[in-house]
Amino acid sequence: MEQPAGKYDQGARALHWLSAVLVIGALAAGWTMVGLPFSPLKVKAFNWHKWVGITVLALTLLRVVWRATHTPPAPLPMPAWQRKVAHALHGLLYLLLLAQPLVGWADSSAAGIPVVWFGVLQLPDFVSQDKALAENLEHLHGLLGLLLAVLIALHLLAALKHHFIDRDGTLRRMLPH
Amino acid sequence: MIRTVTTQPARARAFAVVALLVAGTAAALAADAGLDAAHSTITATFRQENVPVDAPFRQFSGRIDYDAAHPEKTVAAIDVVTASIDLGSPAYGSELAKPGWFDSAKFPQANFRSTAVRVLSPGRLEATGTLTIKGRQLAITVPIAVGAAGKQAVFDGSYVLSRKAFGIGDADWDSVLDDKVTVKFHLLGPVR
Repeated sequence: MEQPAGKYDQGARALHWLSAVLVIGALAAGWTMVGLPFSPLKVKAFNWHKWVGITVLALTLLRVVWRATHTPPAPLPMPAWQRKVAHALHGLLYLLLLAQPLVGWADSSAAGIPVVWFGVLQLPDFVSQDKALAENLEHLHGLLGLLLAVLIALHLLAALKHHFIDRDGTLRRMLPH
Repeated sequence: MIRTVTTQPARARAFAVVALLVAGTAAALAADAGLDAAHSTITATFRQENVPVDAPFRQFSGRIDYDAAHPEKTVAAIDVVTASIDLGSPAYGSELAKPGWFDSAKFPQANFRSTAVRVLSPGRLEATGTLTIKGRQLAITVPIAVGAAGKQAVFDGSYVLSRKAFGIGDADWDSVLDDKVTVKFHLLGPVR
């Protein structure tokens, strides 16, 4: 498909923004739900969080395939160190978007609560029920969530810096229109 | 008692030995007559938004008087400590002890008392009896498979109950929690 000069293709942009909305939603839900009192809302929030997390996992796998089969726009001129940092940050984001849902899924399995995607598809438990393991995974899931939030903030700040300070086309390459 | 220990240690030690022997004998007798709780399980499986969750009861006791020659004379009496339900986290367990659920302060135990047992086929029984949870009684019939593990008899079965029939869980939980709860049991006891 022909792209306006220097823009990511439509598929890549759609996957990026859909992921952005879901990941930020899952992070916000994750932070809120753990403090909720025992209630139907808490149960629903946990389920919703798991559904979104698994969706992010699936989307990220799709994005990796998409990225490998589609040529991204040529890099814009910027100092080599910036390109390296950007590259490393993107790599880390991909890694976390895969690891974080997997850790959450494993946490749920270890706690003895299978993940049923959208209440329809029961996912297999890839770790067995184990309270100590569940506690460790829960802790790790929280830490990775925090790390993910920090990396997203950096990603966002970098995009805004390119747009408003460097006034280059970095952000425009990913904008929906 | 404490004074005895400090003033007459030798006698106290003798007392302690006797006490231990008595306690040990009592425990042995109880174990002989009752269920082997350490190897038995009673688990409630409920569904929340289509997610099946197993919640084992960690404390229960009881006896099944089973005579292999006369299985129709089997008598079962099981008592379950409601607050011992294990939802994976202690915080959730204490929630289920509250009045909206098991009301464990008022009804610490749920129980089953058999009134009649029918032999369906060799190794298959059908127990009729009364299930009491939260003070409410329900006549139920449960099929039970009888097997053997070493010198013990093994009783396996499950029963699907309506939690609402026993007033377990407020109505606002109906949006996420199924009414049907499957109670599965795997009980080991002595054979007469």
